Amino acid sequence: MSNELQKFTDPGLPAHVHRKADSDPKAAKAAEKQVAILFLLSAIGTVMLIGSYIFVKSNKFIYLPILGDTNLQQLLLGVGMAMSLFFIGMGAVHWAKTLMSDTEVIAQRHEMRSEPEDRTDFVETVKEQAALANLGRRTLIKRSLGLSLGLIGLSPLILLRDLGPLPKNQLATTDWAKGTRLLTDPGDRPIKPSDLEVGSVAQVLPALPTGTERTLENIGKDAVLLIRLRPEDFQLSPERLSWTHEGIIAFSKICSHMGCAVALYEQQTKHLLCPCHQSTFDVTRAAKVIFGPAARPLPQLAITVDAEGYLVAQQPFTEPVGPSFWERSS
Amino acid sequence: MSAKNRIASGVAGYVDDRTGAAKWLKKNLTKVFPDHWSFMLGEIALYSFIILLLSGTFLTFWFDPSQREVIYNGSYAPLSHVTMSASYASTLHISFDVRGGLLMRQIHHWAALIFMAAIVAHLLRVFFTGAFRKPREFNWLIGVGLVTLGIVEGFLGYSLPDDLLSGTGIRIAEAILQAIPVVGSYLSFFAFGGAFPGHVFIPRIYTVHVLLLPGIFLALITIHLMLVWYQKHTQYPGPGRTEQNVVGYPLMPVYMAKAGGFFFIVFGVTAFLGGVASINPIWLYGPYTPGQISAGSQPDWYMGWLDGLVRMSPPIETHAFGHTISWNILLPGLILPGILFTGMALYPFIESWITGDKREHHLLDRPRNVPNRTALGAMSLTFMMISLINGGNDIIATHFHLTINGIMWFTRIGLIVVPPIAFVITKRICLSLQRADRELVLHGKETGRLVMLPHGEFVEVHEPISAQKAWTLTQHLQPEALMVEGADENGVRNPAGLKGKIRARISKANAEQVAAPTLTEFKELEGGHH
Repeated sequence: MSNELQKFTDPGLPAHVHRKADSDPKAAKAAEKQVAILFLLSAIGTVMLIGSYIFVKSNKFIYLPILGDTNLQQLLLGVGMAMSLFFIGMGAVHWAKTLMSDTEVIAQRHEMRSEPEDRTDFVETVKEQAALANLGRRTLIKRSLGLSLGLIGLSPLILLRDLGPLPKNQLATTDWAKGTRLLTDPGDRPIKPSDLEVGSVAQVLPALPTGTERTLENIGKDAVLLIRLRPEDFQLSPERLSWTHEGIIAFSKICSHMGCAVALYEQQTKHLLCPCHQSTFDVTRAAKVIFGPAARPLPQLAITVDAEGYLVAQQPFTEPVGPSFWERSS
Repeated sequence: MSAKNRIASGVAGYVDDRTGAAKWLKKNLTKVFPDHWSFMLGEIALYSFIILLLSGTFLTFWFDPSQREVIYNGSYAPLSHVTMSASYASTLHISFDVRGGLLMRQIHHWAALIFMAAIVAHLLRVFFTGAFRKPREFNWLIGVGLVTLGIVEGFLGYSLPDDLLSGTGIRIAEAILQAIPVVGSYLSFFAFGGAFPGHVFIPRIYTVHVLLLPGIFLALITIHLMLVWYQKHTQYPGPGRTEQNVVGYPLMPVYMAKAGGFFFIVFGVTAFLGGVASINPIWLYGPYTPGQISAGSQPDWYMGWLDGLVRMSPPIETHAFGHTISWNILLPGLILPGILFTGMALYPFIESWITGDKREHHLLDRPRNVPNRTALGAMSLTFMMISLINGGNDIIATHFHLTINGIMWFTRIGLIVVPPIAFVITKRICLSLQRADRELVLHGKETGRLVMLPHGEFVEVHEPISAQKAWTLTQHLQPEALMVEGADENGVRNPAGLKGKIRARISKANAEQVAAPTLTEFKELEGGHH
């Protein structure tokens, strides 16, 4: 089309419509009263807050529908505080909406960029300042300054070195060794095969050398889950079968994905489920991953019984437990 | 002059003698701010931040950020004589033995949830209305920085009590750190001062949570607001509103009263939620120990999408040359979020490259008038929602009697398939809405009045819309597709190359519009009717 299409034109700001309170003194008075009532409600809220702080016992619980057992003082403090704040706000907004001027105002905008001469002047100034500092000619200064500024970034790295020790082989080792007794957790008692019924689960920790106190760091890599099945339930390689004892199989409880405790055991399916990301491991097949994001089975601990009939480890874990890390080889 | 006036002018004079503030204030007290409900979203974020500072300061008076082991002997009987960390014990103390302590904890946590929700809603408003366009790209970048830091700050905050749930969250964070190739084990040992969980992590993140990050927040928020002030607020299109003006109310008194009042309203609502709706009842979880866990472990909502991605990740690890790379952690935990947030940060620059538009924009877009951008936003939101659904797959499974495996597979496939569908549908909806606008402007609105014409035909009477409305629906600019130099039919190789071709292709898709109705067309139709 050769002739230009004519666009709609801007009719400009519509005429201002006055509110009732602008012209009617009665309406204005009513609005004033409403604002005052809102502010008074706020004051009542504060009184309620102070009253419940002083007069309500802090251990008193009441039963409320939906909320259940609720601490009365915390509830009243909350509601009082909510009232005192909310109604100040409502009062101010109502005041602004009904009584303050609601005439729209127009202000002009200006483009963000500076005037061209200001830009040129700026560049000139920077050049002059740079010339005064001799930056262009003194290359030695420039280069040495660059070197020192570059190196200065290293000092925080150096100074942060003592945040922690080097990992060494700590991620790859646990406290389990040949002959280490399995102790119940909680309880710290040695455990016999007869203590576990078929289908039951128990959490165990290794017996530590006497005088060593168990820390959370120990538990974080030592926690082991014992599960007792009927021996015929297993579908294991002969080697892995020899790691079980009378149907009792032991796995690291620390998830091979991100280290959560793999604590949910489904007795019917004989699956272990990690509640964090739902990785699912089949106990009968050496904790093979059958679902979820975990890429490796839970490491199996070889167990047997000692001369007194208590369950012990045959050997340490044959691979690192817990989540993967760079130095891990398999 | 009354005594009151004399004192007031005395004080004002004293201050102005030393600061010269009168000139600046005179100009800025009447500064004009446009009014729209969606401009409150950023305000809610700002006010929640102030509530977080206030309630957080209260909590620091009693909280003991230490992993030193203590034996609990406070008034919460079920945990009496249990060994736990001092940070967990002091959180119990705040909850049960400080009057108003539980309320403050709840307010702090609620304010954090609202803070993040308001930031995200504000971000969506800014995105869908194109408020990030020139000259506001810096503020977009600051906003992306704030939302990223907000996620970190929130995570550190709910990790502090050292309960069983939050300790599990820290364990997962440790696994992500540990999975970083080459330096992972070292980073983990430096962060935790040795093997996980160690005794230094909570005190360290406490410093970051109450000092370092709030300081950065304050600085970024200040710059964010100064830029809004200096560049003047954007406004929605409408009669009398142009790229060269700003229409609204003056700061004093209307905006001051409304915004100030709104702060109290937000605080009041947060206090109410804190009073009646208990969240994160840490006393039910027990102290953290790495050997235990509670079923249904869930992060706060703004971490949910990330957890959902981790949950749906395929079980892939690479073992080679004696080293392990955990793609099942790196991909959902670092690489994908990194790509998403980088893309978000760069979006204003990408869009301006596609459209070739280097002009300043102070009038906001109606989302339907920019179908591609709106569709892209809908696509990203869909991606996030599907991830979020999977982040709660265990809860959803138990509530709706579904299998976790079913939800996981639904989201694994859905994450790839559904967002593009959302893009196409949204774009079509936008174009349909444009068509509806065009119809409305050219033919007027349906009145519901039927008239029988002399020859028996029934027609519905349409009423022309107001000039104001017609302007609002037609004022927007409709970009044309960019032409790439060097036409193909001449056999000349395109100087812009592949990059230029891609640009032209996207630009063409971006320019797909229903032509905005013009006055000429309107008059022609009007003439035809009479």
